[in-house]
Amino acid sequence: MLTKSRLVWVGLFALLALFPLVVTTPTWTSIIMFALLYMAITTSWNMFSGYSGYVALGAACFFGTGAYTVALLAKHWNVPASGDLFWLIPLGGILAMIVALPIGLIALRVRRHTFVVITIAIFFVFQLSAINASFTGGTAGLQLPFIPWSFQDFNLPFYYLAFAMVVVATLLSAWVRQTRFGLQLMAIRDDEDRALGLGVKVWAVKLSGFVMSAFVIGCAGGLYAIYQGQIYPQFVFNPLFDISVALMAFLGGFGTLAGPLLGAFVLETMQLWLTENYSSGSLYLIIFGALFLIVIIFMPQGVVVYVKDRVTKREDRERSLLAQNEVQIAGGSQ
Amino acid sequence: MTTLLEAKGISRAFGGVQALDNCSLTVEKGSITGLIGPNGSGKTTLFNVITGYVKPDQGTVSFAGEDVTGARPNEIFSKGVGRTFQLTRIFGRMTVLENMLVATQREESWLKGLTRSMSSAEEVSAALEMLEFVGIAKLAKLQAGSLSYGQRKLLELAYVLIADPDVILLDEPPAGGVNLTLINEIASKIRLLNKEQGKTFLVVEHNMEFVMNLCDSVTVMNQGHTLTSGTPSEVRSDKRVLDAYLGGGDEEEN
Repeated sequence: MLTKSRLVWVGLFALLALFPLVVTTPTWTSIIMFALLYMAITTSWNMFSGYSGYVALGAACFFGTGAYTVALLAKHWNVPASGDLFWLIPLGGILAMIVALPIGLIALRVRRHTFVVITIAIFFVFQLSAINASFTGGTAGLQLPFIPWSFQDFNLPFYYLAFAMVVVATLLSAWVRQTRFGLQLMAIRDDEDRALGLGVKVWAVKLSGFVMSAFVIGCAGGLYAIYQGQIYPQFVFNPLFDISVALMAFLGGFGTLAGPLLGAFVLETMQLWLTENYSSGSLYLIIFGALFLIVIIFMPQGVVVYVKDRVTKREDRERSLLAQNEVQIAGGSQ
Repeated sequence: MTTLLEAKGISRAFGGVQALDNCSLTVEKGSITGLIGPNGSGKTTLFNVITGYVKPDQGTVSFAGEDVTGARPNEIFSKGVGRTFQLTRIFGRMTVLENMLVATQREESWLKGLTRSMSSAEEVSAALEMLEFVGIAKLAKLQAGSLSYGQRKLLELAYVLIADPDVILLDEPPAGGVNLTLINEIASKIRLLNKEQGKTFLVVEHNMEFVMNLCDSVTVMNQGHTLTSGTPSEVRSDKRVLDAYLGGGDEEEN
């Protein structure tokens, strides 16, 4: 069935797919490639944190695990500097899922603020391990084979792989949303104890959702590692990465499907564009700050929800229906 | 009659406070049993022990002849014990219909939830039918968080009912500023379900009139003890019950 909203989705994705064919400047294909990477990451993060309300600030654990997995495997398996490197990316995703399992087992025992704090603590364990362990190369990081493609076309394969990740993450997130599993995640967000009392196996649902969300983030880390050609622990295990992902989702619409895509696209593009054009690297932080204040004050549920409510005038309609029904209940048996 | 739900010798302390002290309660199959007592007498704690939210220090809970002491809330629910909460708990950011759908999966494995859609056509029509029964079918598409207090009570009752539990524990169904019409409405629904479908109910309440009119048998609690059980008229004439309600309970213990 091709509804109006599906047409819009397909159209927007087609625009993104055609973009590098129209705009061939490497600067711009690189910027949008990073925007796509963040769209995939934020959507995948939102698939667990947004639906379940468990705001995890540890996405960088999965991102860094994916990056290091690809870098280390490329080194030890002597993968040649070619497109063959890309076959390592799913392994990065799988390892991120394996790593997510013990993290989930520890962190998902607690809720709300305590959960946030524990995920941050676990993140620093990862960062410090990457800095201090010997197999990670310490602060010197790891080199990956540099693929000798022409400067002009270098970005294209990365662009389309990032695009594929966005498609996978979006489809996965949309699919989870309409399953019983997704319904249970949202029930957990609203009232976990009540959900438990209605037979929801909250522990299994939370853990599997958490582990599933790690896959695309790990893959994105792997792609990032190959694109950069070298990784450093402070960049792939970056606390700002954790916060950016959460803020992107909150800006666009936490727990919605389109919100994280929109938030990640706008923020990442803007940040890279500003850094590119104004050498003062902190200008974007000031603009970010202002933007967040505006969004949080005027549309606390995110841009997507705000616009949708305005378009459908939902609140008015609900109020009148409620009032009608209230009269009926009060007058029903008199 | 056979005993469906039985709590025997339940004790539970929170720190130094003995919330429950050797409490016993039986619910016969097909009955409406009342559990009454003054504020703080341990009614809700006993509910929490029965439904797995609180683990007892001592004593056993059995349901349909099976020992379920210390089982988790979702396990107890899937065996067939549904409950409502005193302070109504619904899923505020989901629609009324989605609220209903959460409860329609009593014995389903969680893995199946990953591969099946949120609802089947039968589940939706059953949910709407149940909403019709409690009188809020028109609100099915609204966010549950926008409902009034009384409507939330009805929704909570509806989604516990849709899972078709064998015994339903209602924690103060008319509590908290619900109007008189709605109280009668809820009482009549309970009576109807009991008569026509043979549903068993255990109702916590301290509105004496509500309980006396509705229940076949009543258990009275005071200060963590179960004081007495009997028919409403037996309980009403029991001197200890009057003492408990009028605040004279302490003297007996000395």
